Amino acid sequence: MINKIVRSVAEALEGVRDGSTILLGGFGAVGQPDTLLDGLIEQGARDLVIVANNAGAVDGYGLSKLIELGRVAKMICSFPRSSTSKAFENRYREGKIGLEIVPQGTLAERIRAAGAGIPAFYTPTAVGTLLAEGKPTLEIDGKLCVMEKALHGDVALVEAWQADRWGNLTFRDSARNFNPIMAMASALTIVQTQHLVELGELDPNAIVTPGIFVNRVVHVPYAAGAAQAA
Amino acid sequence: MPDTTITEAPAGFAPLERRALAARVAQDIPEGWYCNLGIGMPTLVADYVPPEREVIFHSENGVLGMGPAPDPEHVNPWLINAGKQHITLRTGGSYVHHADSFAMIRGGHLDLCVLGAYEVAENGDIANWATSAGERAPAVGGAMDLAVGAKRLWAVMDHVTKDGRPRVVRRCSYPLTAVGAVRRVYTNLAVLDVTERGFVVREMVPGLTFEALQARTDAKLLREG
Repeated sequence: MINKIVRSVAEALEGVRDGSTILLGGFGAVGQPDTLLDGLIEQGARDLVIVANNAGAVDGYGLSKLIELGRVAKMICSFPRSSTSKAFENRYREGKIGLEIVPQGTLAERIRAAGAGIPAFYTPTAVGTLLAEGKPTLEIDGKLCVMEKALHGDVALVEAWQADRWGNLTFRDSARNFNPIMAMASALTIVQTQHLVELGELDPNAIVTPGIFVNRVVHVPYAAGAAQAA
Repeated sequence: MPDTTITEAPAGFAPLERRALAARVAQDIPEGWYCNLGIGMPTLVADYVPPEREVIFHSENGVLGMGPAPDPEHVNPWLINAGKQHITLRTGGSYVHHADSFAMIRGGHLDLCVLGAYEVAENGDIANWATSAGERAPAVGGAMDLAVGAKRLWAVMDHVTKDGRPRVVRRCSYPLTAVGAVRRVYTNLAVLDVTERGFVVREMVPGLTFEALQARTDAKLLREG
């Protein structure tokens, strides 16, 4: 019997190694798996490369806390500024954290490409800007494009609305955001879910992420982070 | 975006205030268009599209059919826009993941994107994401994807900076968001089209002369026709 459900957050995060690249779902605080982030803080892995749209939403909490603790070597993101969290910018100013800034659509597509087995792709986004400097370009049908490489994760941390023991997932409203594509792009996909349901309860037409992309599921009945929103 | 309100109007004309500028942009959006409104001032444009005119607003974080802000008792914590404000979903709206949301943008499916800008150049270059290197971490969000991907890009901004420097320029001095992308510029003084010949003035606020507008503009302006 396939059973991807683990009993604790600690069990869910077992084996996450120092130096891992971690794809972190969410947009701002919505859809961000805060309980898994707390678990990662507890678990102790360091020198992490975190791939997420933002670089922390609330000081002393979640990703901001992980950054404050000096556990993040580098952020790969589209928008690291926040009016409610200064943790990233403070460390960035001190030269204590790396930053790769990526246009948001290119970030999403690099992650999608990783999940779909596409090593690189060409896009007109960012051509002629600072963010295309040093990257190969190619003119395709009269349009200048820049090459962008797939972005794989060692681990993805995902927040779902519903999950079953096979790891089939649904998402709630705009909390879907990066979660499904990150689940596809990582060697180890770890999910925190608001609701755990019996196999067969989910309408197959409503499943957004099928279990093939999921390794571990932990039930977090009330994700305070999502409810606090932005 | 800075406040567009300029209190003095010694030259016999009044620049549009922020909300009037948003309303002016909204006038030109026809029913049936799929639109993305940038963070800040462009977001206000939605307030001036009457609900009976079916314009469908897109938000980068996977929302198609964005509605107005909820009343405080009916906030849905899972529903925000790209500016991380709480919103509602209109009847007929839908959710997608981030790659599909940007496929709508990058695949050329949006009829219009309206972005704020620091500068727009006469060849359609736009600078709207970074002013100078150094003091803060760079942050681009979805601006580069939107500028290149939407079928048409309109920029909305004050005509000059707070200290009077032109924003409608021959060449952008700030780092570019996209090359040759802007189709039309709405400022608090005028509506300008970007054409192969340069900026063509389509409209000016009442009382403003062509010469007075040119005096506040770095790029050479052309009269309509």
